Amino acid sequence: MAGWWKRHPYYLWYMLREASCVFITAYALILLWGLRRLAQGEGPFEDWLESLGTPGSLAFHALALPVVLYHAWTWFKVMPKTLPDTRLPAAAIVAGGVAASAACSAALLVAVWWFGLWSVP
Amino acid sequence: MTRTIRIECLRYHPETDAEPRLQAYEVPFTDDMSVLQGLQYIKDHLDGSLTFRWSCRMAICGSCGQMVNGVPRLGCETFLREFWPGTVRVEPLEHFPIVRDLAIDQSDFLAKLESVKPYLVQKAPPAGENTNLQAPEEMQAYYRYSKCINYLLCYAACPQYGLNPAFTGPAALTLLHRYNADSRDAGRAQRMPVVNQEDGVWGCTLVGYCSEVCPKDVDPARAVNQNKVNSTLDYFKHFLFPRAKEKS
Repeated sequence: MAGWWKRHPYYLWYMLREASCVFITAYALILLWGLRRLAQGEGPFEDWLESLGTPGSLAFHALALPVVLYHAWTWFKVMPKTLPDTRLPAAAIVAGGVAASAACSAALLVAVWWFGLWSVP
Repeated sequence: MTRTIRIECLRYHPETDAEPRLQAYEVPFTDDMSVLQGLQYIKDHLDGSLTFRWSCRMAICGSCGQMVNGVPRLGCETFLREFWPGTVRVEPLEHFPIVRDLAIDQSDFLAKLESVKPYLVQKAPPAGENTNLQAPEEMQAYYRYSKCINYLLCYAACPQYGLNPAFTGPAALTLLHRYNADSRDAGRAQRMPVVNQEDGVWGCTLVGYCSEVCPKDVDPARAVNQNKVNSTLDYFKHFLFPRAKEKS
């Protein structure tokens, strides 16, 4: 069974799906770290914001974004298999999940942007 | 029009061969010939010692499941023309011991199938009736899963079964679900221990390839993963009400 995941592209995509959680975890830890720095005061938080702009951080985020998008896609792709039997076709469940996720992300982006405008002194 | 294709078959005679080997045959074929017919041509005209299983040759019986170029497929509904001018490599289903050449030993699966009680555990009919009637919607709850007739392609597609042969596996768990989902059945309590064990539904990591290769669109991954929910509910039910009597 050694190297089984190389036998078929389907297995390779599955392993990528499983590996993508490493990026999700890393991203969550970075955000949590930011929250901790925020609790410590303005100075530490500014330092954290600055660290996000370093080349290493930008490279990580550039890689993490497509990986997280792939993870989200696979999450909705397996959704019909994890739900109780419904009359809805599987494609509708997947499409509905992806659309809802895209809408929530867009709403969040707009909210942050709007809040940013509003909070500028 | 007759063309010629190269078919490589895995040959293995456990009593005499040290290890399996591939043997190639040049087989004339027409557009309507399946991989199974290619094997039959070999057996009839080139090498009578080649061993493989087949019966209905119309994707009903599931006897001719094989690895065709590394993918679990039924030989009878896979056409040689799909591979020409390339080579077709035919091997026995992955993860099973070989009896001889392309014939595998299904004993492990059959024991697992038996363990899930794949039959109706009779429920007492309602008072005044002598039979359990079933509405069309109630039949829909299990109909899809009842189409599973043990081709075993799903086991060959499942890396978890390959890594851990103790895993109950897709088809047995699908048939377990088929009977649990049947309104006329009273065997749920007897089957839940199989679902709940580490090698029951929790042995599945939702690779999902089993559902891709299933020729009857049974969707075993769905049957298995629905039962992760059932198993979780069962756990909490026993956790909260340890002395509750098992409802069938």
